[in-house]
Amino acid sequence: MILLPLFEWIGSTNIGLTIRDSMWLFPVIQCVHLLALAMLGGSLIVVDLRLLGLGLKRHPITYLSQQAYPWLIGSLLMMLVTGLLLASSDTLKIYFSPPFWWKMGFLAVAILFTFTVRRTALRLEDIQLEPFKGKTIAICSLMLWFGVGFSGRWIAFY
Amino acid sequence: MSPLELFEWLQNTYWSMAIRESLILYPLILTTHVLALCVSVGLIAIVDLRLIGLRFSNVLISEVTGKLIPWALFGFTLMVTSGLLLFYATPLKAAQNPFFQIKMFALLLAGLNAFFFHAAIYKKAITWDSLQIVPFRARLAGCVSLTLWTVVLVSGRMQAYNWFN
Repeated sequence: MILLPLFEWIGSTNIGLTIRDSMWLFPVIQCVHLLALAMLGGSLIVVDLRLLGLGLKRHPITYLSQQAYPWLIGSLLMMLVTGLLLASSDTLKIYFSPPFWWKMGFLAVAILFTFTVRRTALRLEDIQLEPFKGKTIAICSLMLWFGVGFSGRWIAFY
Repeated sequence: MSPLELFEWLQNTYWSMAIRESLILYPLILTTHVLALCVSVGLIAIVDLRLIGLRFSNVLISEVTGKLIPWALFGFTLMVTSGLLLFYATPLKAAQNPFFQIKMFALLLAGLNAFFFHAAIYKKAITWDSLQIVPFRARLAGCVSLTLWTVVLVSGRMQAYNWFN
């Protein structure tokens, strides 16, 4: 495959080698990755519940999404950075791990969906967003992001 | 029967071995545990951000707890169920792991913090419900909760490493 040299190169960088050779760096980065995951989950779910007509339903969707947004961006960036660091320490293992590619697939679609379809819909005033459309967006968002988390957890096993 | 004897007996039961040695069951329960964590700790963090006064200041405190905590409890139930199954799969190894002991202690403290917030402070919430700046005790409860859940997550993740055994 065309990406193998890229993976080999990332694995041979100083960053990758340092993390691999350290006893505690990998676990510590994993912990940050997990904390950011919880925060990302919270900032997505609080808005997706609202789109489903649940949770904080007395408040405008635009307000909730605007309040959650900095934490969504912050935790997503933190996940991407720590994820890249974790991956760089063992690039050959993940290259041959099917769940890793599942995760990357889900991640690409989830990011694309969140910052195009979902973000556009969240900018609308509540009256303009049909409930059915809102619900569909929430279900897609939850399924895509849970898909990322689900396949991510399997990388350690396969 | 001492706890260790009990855990040893548990470890040798059929289903404990079945989960431990399954290439599907163990990862599946672990995945459920992490996704449930995402729902419960994620929503608890949102409630804590409101208590501290950092986000969602238009939402009443009674509303943010009343509407979001039930969903957090839903995730929490799933997390405890899958957590018990994971413990059941490797009881001896888990119980002797210092990270697991720290995790259980922090979990207990997080529970007590939530209980005292509801029992003592929350009653007064009606009076300061709509205030955008919440009293010190509520802010403290939010900070303590965030700190304790961070300890729970970190020690839970570190449990995979048997540095001290």
